[in-house]
Amino acid sequence: MTLTSSSRPRTGRALTYALVVALSLVIAVPVAWVLLASLKGKSEFFGSPWTLPEGLHIQNYVDAFVTAHMGQYFLTSVFVTVLGLVFVLAVSVPAAYVIARYEFRGRRLVEFALLGGLFVNVNYIVVPIFLMLVDWDRALIDVFPGGFFIDNPAVLSLVYAATSIPFTIYLLTAYFRSIPVEYEEAAALDGASRLRIMTTVMLPMARPAVTTVILFNFLAYWNDFIIALTLLPGEGKTLQVGLLNLFTAQKAAADYGRLYAGMVIVIVPVFLLYALIQRRLIEGMASGGVKG
Amino acid sequence: MTTLSTPRQDSTNRTRKSALRDGSSRSGGTRATVRRRADGRFVLACLLPALVLFIVFMIVPTVNVFRMSLYTWSGFSPDLRFVGLDNFSRLLDDEQFVRAFQNTVALLIVVTVVTMGMALFLAAIMTRQRLRGRNLYRFVLYIPNVLSVVVIAAIFSAVYDQENGLLNGTLRLLSLDGLQQVWLGDQKIVLYSVAIAMVWQSLGYYMVLYMAGMASIPEELYEASALDGASATRQFFSLTLPLIWQSLRTTLTFFVMSAVNLSFVLVRAMTGGGPDGSSEVLLSYMYKQAYTNSSYGYGMAIGVVIFAFSFLVSLLVSRATRREPLQF
Repeated sequence: MTLTSSSRPRTGRALTYALVVALSLVIAVPVAWVLLASLKGKSEFFGSPWTLPEGLHIQNYVDAFVTAHMGQYFLTSVFVTVLGLVFVLAVSVPAAYVIARYEFRGRRLVEFALLGGLFVNVNYIVVPIFLMLVDWDRALIDVFPGGFFIDNPAVLSLVYAATSIPFTIYLLTAYFRSIPVEYEEAAALDGASRLRIMTTVMLPMARPAVTTVILFNFLAYWNDFIIALTLLPGEGKTLQVGLLNLFTAQKAAADYGRLYAGMVIVIVPVFLLYALIQRRLIEGMASGGVKG
Repeated sequence: MTTLSTPRQDSTNRTRKSALRDGSSRSGGTRATVRRRADGRFVLACLLPALVLFIVFMIVPTVNVFRMSLYTWSGFSPDLRFVGLDNFSRLLDDEQFVRAFQNTVALLIVVTVVTMGMALFLAAIMTRQRLRGRNLYRFVLYIPNVLSVVVIAAIFSAVYDQENGLLNGTLRLLSLDGLQQVWLGDQKIVLYSVAIAMVWQSLGYYMVLYMAGMASIPEELYEASALDGASATRQFFSLTLPLIWQSLRTTLTFFVMSAVNLSFVLVRAMTGGGPDGSSEVLLSYMYKQAYTNSSYGYGMAIGVVIFAFSFLVSLLVSRATRREPLQF
């Protein structure tokens, strides 16, 4: 196109420009509109949708944070997400390392099973997981009369971690294999133990892959609502489930302000992260071919 | 548990690593066995936590889906009865299931065709034409991919809101009142409304994937074909498309998965399958049967059908699109 465009009039180029800009607007406008509308007072939602808010109607945020418990849900979400990341890294890094570097019986089987796990979507298995946890609770009813596994944010983190193990190990193993073995040889000659080699030699070198894994798992855990909805049916909810409740309530009561403020609370952390590391995120995705 | 292979002149890291371990334990046979046993313990300690979690929370539930599809069970009562393939034959007469199936297939086709076409076109423009500010466009177009499905559902219900929504409000402003619709409440329209939300969500993702594929095509090919007088359109169809064919094929599998999974989470949050089942998709129907309706075994039979369906479609699509990989 760069060469042929000289032979064509500029209209073609202007047209493609207009198209790209228009599509970007179709994406950006609804998001920006929600941000603005979260500051509108109740009466401003009726009439033209294109008016700017008359003032900063902060009350919506107070309502969302306090009355709708979004503040509390926010903390639950932070807890579940961070703990999930700790779990998944703690079990996946060592496993990926030995799969990449050690010959052992059954290695092929393990790799094959994990690869198959990439194709199992959590949406299929969330109900069996729920019933399994209910069973465990019933078996332990003498020890924990109130139940332990259901309505436990830490268990939710564990399930998040478990369901992202195939993807995490897949990515980390590939990266470990790409690191030259000479570093470990040198460390082994210096008398470093296997554990030391893994934690102080290989882990720092695998940092780009670990960062990518953290990013994608962060998005998956933070944005999930199906598993959270099923495993935390009680009072302690995550942000996404809280937002879903606000959303359902809005359909009945037309309380837009609180819903939009709640959406902004959910979007902002993810959006900040995205703005900060968008290049890395997009490139990581393009090279790994990860389904987001 | 570990096997020490003899050192080989092989370029793969794995064999080089075993060569390394051979080298460091060359001093005697007994040292080697001690080392081997220690290796085995280390491997086991590293592998076990991940494997246990993986087996308990992924393999066991998956096996359970298949096993339970052969039983009737309400989910909570101890009353469990083996019925063989009865659940599956019941599916054939279930009108709601057939409808959910049709909706899923419709979404699969519409969303794939529209998203793929638009994403390819955008990617070609963004890579071939040095658009000013293309990083900004890429940034904006990728935004929906980091938003949660609940947020997207809420955004679209704000857009589609019958009285005060962005869409109907704008149509009123433009005095096009006749075009106003009950976007999520009309049985004929609701599926398209869901499809639009799906395209909106995934357009940027596929654009970025295709851009990555196109960026690796050498510039000389375009220069040479331009000298031969090929137009930009011609270049797109006979150069770009064949050269990114492999990444197109990969994304077809993603499209199948997202037609099944993304449609479920969106429908669950946005319409709940309504009005009157007209936006029900396979997974949302399974969820309803297994969880709300407590016909657990029946729900799992639906799960098995979805599993088989998405697997078969992926396989067929992959077979049908197989080409000799082109070198450049």
